[in-house]
Amino acid sequence: MSAPDHPARHKGIFRALRRNPLDLLAFGLFALICLIAVLGPLLVPHDPLATDTAVALQPPSASHWFGTDQLGRDLFSRVVVATRLDLLIALGAVALSMVAGSVLGAIIGYWGGVLDTVVSRLVDVLMAFPLFVLAMALVAALGNSVANVVYATAIVNLPFYIRLARSELRPRRALGYVEAARAGGSGDWRILWRHLIPNIAAPLVIQASVNLGWAMLNAAGLSFLGLGVRPPTPEWGIMVAEGARFIGSGQWWIVTFPGLALMLAVLAFNLLGDALRDLLDPRLRR
Amino acid sequence: MTRIGLRVLSAIPTLFGVVVITFLLTRVLPGDPAVFFASNPSMSASDIAAVRENLGLDRPLYDQFLIYLGNLAQGNLGRSIATGQPVAAEFARRLPASAELTLLAFLLAVVVAVPLGLVAALRPGSLVDHAVRLIATLGVSMPTFVSGLLLIHVFYFRAGVLPEPIGRLDPFLFEPARVTGFLTIDALISGEGQVFRAALLQLLLPAVTMALFALAPLARMTRAAMIAALGSDFIRTARAAGLSRGRIVLIYALRNAMLPVVTTMGMVFSYMLGANVLVERVFSWPGIGAFAIDSIVNLDYAPLQGFVLVMAAIFIAVNLVVDIVTVLIDPRAED
Repeated sequence: MSAPDHPARHKGIFRALRRNPLDLLAFGLFALICLIAVLGPLLVPHDPLATDTAVALQPPSASHWFGTDQLGRDLFSRVVVATRLDLLIALGAVALSMVAGSVLGAIIGYWGGVLDTVVSRLVDVLMAFPLFVLAMALVAALGNSVANVVYATAIVNLPFYIRLARSELRPRRALGYVEAARAGGSGDWRILWRHLIPNIAAPLVIQASVNLGWAMLNAAGLSFLGLGVRPPTPEWGIMVAEGARFIGSGQWWIVTFPGLALMLAVLAFNLLGDALRDLLDPRLRR
Repeated sequence: MTRIGLRVLSAIPTLFGVVVITFLLTRVLPGDPAVFFASNPSMSASDIAAVRENLGLDRPLYDQFLIYLGNLAQGNLGRSIATGQPVAAEFARRLPASAELTLLAFLLAVVVAVPLGLVAALRPGSLVDHAVRLIATLGVSMPTFVSGLLLIHVFYFRAGVLPEPIGRLDPFLFEPARVTGFLTIDALISGEGQVFRAALLQLLLPAVTMALFALAPLARMTRAAMIAALGSDFIRTARAAGLSRGRIVLIYALRNAMLPVVTTMGMVFSYMLGANVLVERVFSWPGIGAFAIDSIVNLDYAPLQGFVLVMAAIFIAVNLVVDIVTVLIDPRAED
């Protein structure tokens, strides 16, 4: 993106940020979540795995801010410590599908031909499945593990990146700078890596930031169903699933706090995606 | 019309691709299905071999695929290990439960989201507009399984105005005679007011939960499409010609804005098919999603395979309908 020797562009970004306080909130929330994810275990008052049946199912209090679950574990500690895992799953899945999808989309967009036809048809077929259902089936097929939740989430998102990279790249194949590079003796791969992929990066990054919130919801939904993360690992989706049994008998806190954490994180990602789109898309920035 | 015909034909290769992927998915599934079928410890190695032969598992993958296709053509989705019943029969029994829930949720979302988006578009930047944007952003950020559980807490546990989330009908009531499989409609047909009321109350919370999630993209798209339509030349012309505001907004602008909204509806429906699984789990809803989840837990793969196939087929059909509707409401799309 922008090199540090472009003060004008930075000023534009800062001005745009200041004008829209919601964007500032999004960046703030995102920074906070990253900080909690990194520091997680250092911040919490209790061991997130330590059970103590003497204090099971207690509502929020001064000693247990978010209350305790059916095994007497401190929910505040569990919610905080879970941040890292939830964030890593979402980031890992989105990074995987963005990199793999961009490269594949760029290659078929550049060369076209039979490979393009085959991959495009495959993408059409993948997009014919409801995303969450396909992710569910993939985790069941690949095996019930956290890594496979990441792969499944990445695979179901792959088509969007392939399509986007392909459609962004195609019209650029014949542009002046590509011709110039070719005249200068650059080979196809060099043109692709050095000239074309950097030029289509912005829309792909925007797509990735919009995608993060969805990836997190998808992964948490899978673990809510018992796929991927296993107890007693603290993870928001599985914590909600554990609390679901108690919602009909009034212990609301077991579901509410991990649920709120999940919602806040997804909200931060969605706002961040909107903000990045406004900032990086010069057509929208005025 | 040729355009519609071509579109219908183009769905066939996609459907075939879906069948291939669904088939391959179950072949990479861990474990040997024959060993699952022959889970009886008294079975010898030769018995297991017999089961394998019976299932066609000893033949090359290509043959196995043909057998699978042949079974599909006869409507045979295999047999569930857990229930011992054909998967297709179980689906037929459960599909109305899922369909009733999803359709009501979709209807709720459209009825609320389109007017919301419309009002926001008429006054961009106003308090209403900001409120709609806030609702929309919160809506997409809220996991369905969390909002469902919180709604249960508030309306069942706290307020006590809605029944316990234990399926489609109070266990003390008898299901109405089956006509459509939709309990509310069947109750109306057989004239059982009490059953209708009970079934509707059970439906309400899961439907609202799903609708909340679907609301956001629909409201957003309606707003954007209406703003675009209201700013276009033909609306300016209509204004200059002195047409009434209501007529301009509701007839000319809305009709033109419906095109992207209908496309979004197709996308929203895909979300809902996925969210269905989570909502059915939360509300103990006896639909096909709950069946699929139980089957994953029991390592029972035929129902899961059938589920994925049925969902993809429904989704392809929905997209087909959306495209056809698009052609019908936009004459420009017809060649």
